[in-house]
Amino acid sequence: MIEAIAAISLLALIFGLLLGYSSIRFKVEENPVVEQVNELLPQTQCGQCGYPGCKPYAEAVAAGEAPINLCPPGGTVTMESIATVLGVEPIPLDVEVVEERPKTRAWIDEDVCIGCTVCIKACPVDAILGTTKQMHTVIASECTGCEKCVEPCPVDCIYMVPIQAGVADWTWPFPERGRPGEIAEPARKAA
Amino acid sequence: MQFPTLTSPHTERPNQVDQTMLMVVLALIPGALAMIWYFGWGILINLVLAAIAALLSEAMAQKLRGRPAFGTLRDLSALVTAMLFALALPPLLPWWLTVLGAAFAILVVKEMYGGIGYNPFNPAMAGYVLLLISYPVPMTTWLAPSVIAEHSLSFGQTLTAIFTRALPAGLSWDALTSATPLDSMRTQLDMNYTVTEIRESPLWGAFGGRGWEWAGNWFLLGGLFLLWRRVITWHIPAAVLGGLLAMATVFFLVDPDTHPFPLFHIFSGGAILCAFFIATDPVTASTTQKGQLIYGALIGIFIYIIRSWGGYPEAVAFAVLLMNMAAPTIDHYTQPRVFGHGRLSDD
Amino acid sequence: MLNIAATDASARKIHPLPGGLHLPDNKHQSSVRPIMQAALPKRLIIPLRQHAGNPAEPLVKAGDPVLKGQKIAQGEGLISAPLHAPSSGVVSAIQSLPAPHPSGLSEPCVVIETDGEERWAELPAPMDYRQANPAAILERVRAAGVVGLGGAAFPASVKLSPRPGDGLHTLIINGAECEPYITCDDLLMRERAAKVLAGIDIIRTLLQVEKTIIGIEDNKIEAIAAMRTARDLAGYEAMEIVVIPTRYPSGGEKQLIYILTGEEIPSGGIPAQIGMVCHNVGTAAAVADAVLEGKPLISRLITITGEGVAEPRNLEALMGSPVADLIAQAGGYTPKANKLILGGPMMGYTLFSDEIPIAKATNCILAASTAEAPDPGPALACIRCGRCAEACPMSLLPQQLYWHSRAKALGKACDYNLFDCIECGCCSHVCPSHIPLVQYFRFAKSEHRREEAEKRKAELAKRRHDARQERLERLEREKKEAMRKKQEAMKAKKTAAGGDAGDAKQAAIAAAAKRAAAKKAERATQGEAPKNTQGLSAAQQRQIDEAEARRAQARKTAHSEDRARPAAATESPPQD
Repeated sequence: MIEAIAAISLLALIFGLLLGYSSIRFKVEENPVVEQVNELLPQTQCGQCGYPGCKPYAEAVAAGEAPINLCPPGGTVTMESIATVLGVEPIPLDVEVVEERPKTRAWIDEDVCIGCTVCIKACPVDAILGTTKQMHTVIASECTGCEKCVEPCPVDCIYMVPIQAGVADWTWPFPERGRPGEIAEPARKAA
Repeated sequence: MQFPTLTSPHTERPNQVDQTMLMVVLALIPGALAMIWYFGWGILINLVLAAIAALLSEAMAQKLRGRPAFGTLRDLSALVTAMLFALALPPLLPWWLTVLGAAFAILVVKEMYGGIGYNPFNPAMAGYVLLLISYPVPMTTWLAPSVIAEHSLSFGQTLTAIFTRALPAGLSWDALTSATPLDSMRTQLDMNYTVTEIRESPLWGAFGGRGWEWAGNWFLLGGLFLLWRRVITWHIPAAVLGGLLAMATVFFLVDPDTHPFPLFHIFSGGAILCAFFIATDPVTASTTQKGQLIYGALIGIFIYIIRSWGGYPEAVAFAVLLMNMAAPTIDHYTQPRVFGHGRLSDD
Repeated sequence: MLNIAATDASARKIHPLPGGLHLPDNKHQSSVRPIMQAALPKRLIIPLRQHAGNPAEPLVKAGDPVLKGQKIAQGEGLISAPLHAPSSGVVSAIQSLPAPHPSGLSEPCVVIETDGEERWAELPAPMDYRQANPAAILERVRAAGVVGLGGAAFPASVKLSPRPGDGLHTLIINGAECEPYITCDDLLMRERAAKVLAGIDIIRTLLQVEKTIIGIEDNKIEAIAAMRTARDLAGYEAMEIVVIPTRYPSGGEKQLIYILTGEEIPSGGIPAQIGMVCHNVGTAAAVADAVLEGKPLISRLITITGEGVAEPRNLEALMGSPVADLIAQAGGYTPKANKLILGGPMMGYTLFSDEIPIAKATNCILAASTAEAPDPGPALACIRCGRCAEACPMSLLPQQLYWHSRAKALGKACDYNLFDCIECGCCSHVCPSHIPLVQYFRFAKSEHRREEAEKRKAELAKRRHDARQERLERLEREKKEAMRKKQEAMKAKKTAAGGDAGDAKQAAIAAAAKRAAAKKAERATQGEAPKNTQGLSAAQQRQIDEAEARRAQARKTAHSEDRARPAAATESPPQD
């Protein structure tokens, strides 16, 4: 009896030491979760999630304070990758927040702009150019389409314009199902 | 003028799945006819039963999955499975076993994994193994080849035997049946007879079992037809037969009394059928050329090992299923060197 | 055929291609007729984007008269080539029109209404390339807008300027033309071998290479003979003309170099890494035109073929000619015409309309009948037969790439060397299940590139946001600091109340100086504070400059006009 207890205790001790040692020896240096989540976010800094930017939202998600489905610009893809990183179940995007929309960018009607600089202050990525009493303009290539500038404009001269796909950023489509020359394999009879 | 848009290449495609399968069916016919010649109508009845069961199962599975019922029947893959399965069965197997095995092959082994292209195991062999393990006695009850058999059954008598187990008056099952060459070799070796003594039996022909060796030759002919039509490549058949021959030769040279001569292994049982028709099933085999050589050679080696030291005299099905399991791993480790890799660059 | 192959190729070993296909070449239909000068179309449509890289910037506007050979658009950036008016006439518009591109999307094009007079602009004088400065020759080729005519339309000048350390030793000239149906290089070599060889000599002189190898497939017997005769006449003994077996895709750059030399271009690399440069015979002829005659690249040979045209043939066509015009000159459509393919059957793409113009890279228009290019029907499941892997000239495993591309597991697909795929179409051609493998791979590639671009964009947005955040915090700190100082000063004033007014002033000045110094010190310790106005690209700078210009304009009008402004938008948002 005593022998058995001693043997088991000894074994437990050995394995415990082994585990303790390996947890130190084979420690994996991992990116902090916040950083990982932040890297998955689209960095539009739009605040549609209810947080002031992507980083704060990443912090909230990592701390478990915010659900993972609050990022409309990232869409389902981002939500799913966050779910993978955190090891949680994917949840559908909050449809009430916003449905996925085509990508847009801000455009200022320069004839109407009064040069109030309000939008410049609102822009999270310094993509609006101008100064007091001077007409403002959006640097198209820097605009993330966050729409933060639209609301504050006192004369409503900022519009979100859909980015039209040109030849340069056109991508080959995924082969559709059921069309000749394209995949038809799981085509259901009913559909 | 407006034109339809489609993706390249804009060519007439030289290959079709159904044509490929049709080639396989055609290539099986000479061997199947030889089997019918040597082992009677039972083989034909098995073929028909298995084909009906397999095609019905396939259609049912398609219907259950909400797809057009005749969609995948047209590719003839179910027929090929049925034929390979039926050709492995003893001639007077009870009809319901044939139907059960064929339905299992299609419904469970093939369709439950997603249908053609997705099954990890060879359906025909899995169906055969199911029957062999569950019903070992009927599955090993063979007829003697017609050239040496004392009795032969007519078509009607065979049909009655298969469906009702009733034999014509005055004939007993014991008088009718005979062990397969592989079986009798195994049993008699275990009884400490030497190979030379065993071969004195009329069961034996020039290099294998009587009847079996000729059926093997006809299957070989079909296999060469497939090679010629480029339906299969030489890799798997050569590797299977090579692996089997290599093992058999080594052990034969060590002790010819207790190990049958190498050609015996090729021409008795299903080695040729396996090498050209079963192991070459593309869905469950390795797909890289190097991988196919390894895959085939290991099948050949396993056939020898299981035949010599395993629990069953015939080992083709087990060897194929074992290697089916290993195929993805083999593929992973035998990727060809991609053009432009590994010469100048370090990766 | 055999004796031709034997004459001087015996010295060079041919390295057989892994994979590849024997395809019915269907070249005789168009190669039996000689090259014909295409008639002048009424309208020429010149897309501003002709190749990868930035599109050209137009130098003309609607209403401008242009002369034949006049530069109408300027290349921007390193990978760019200028565009020239293919004929004289008037620019009627610069507008978005369907472009010769697989997407079928519209692109900005310069539209020229031709006047039929074919008045030439003043061309630069012919050059003696043996005497001239290499830089001058190179500039001539660049200014003539010469691009690779083999397919990708990559600006030729880039591949003609050896960088120090490249150690170029071999020039490969591609006359393989392995795609079925296409015969424009064949006819070019047959009828204009001397010009091709002159171009090759110029390229050879520019690159200072020791060896020149011209690879031609053995189905072009007449072209081989013509090239050999012309070579012997011109005395270019050192140019090796090698006959290679006909096998698709031997005309791919990587494949041809391997066949001729046994060397492999490293994955993701360029031929210069192994000391080689590859040019197409058409490019060589265009170089000869530019250097020896001063002519810019305004026309090219193009094959019009297929059962859908009455008289398949090769045309010397002006860039920007609409496809319909060219078809008409090849006898027009036959009732069999079913599909319009730009390029060959293996790699070409279908056009939805024949209003689309040809571009510099267009080598063939294939009006295919249903029998020639049937709809393959819906794809079936992959049965892993491995025929695709057998056919793949890059030794890839298309059956594995297919699973991962279909599952959109792009990372896994990349592990199977997705980006080594040359999109030759061999795998799709042999697939018994008729799976559009190449399209899966094109999708996976472009999707991966898009994801990478999006990641870069997110990274940039994050950097800009962080920079802004930091600036805002710094401003906040400075403001607080200033407040604190002010309060201190007030306190000091209070304590020194009743004291000398001059002292207070002195103290204030001292405090201000201290503040300035502190600020300076802070700036110095912080180093270069991040600024979003730094590192702007040329395009962004241009946009900013334009905005400044508009702003100046607006200021002027604001001063002169009434200050009142319309409350609502007067202009609809632009479609950019």
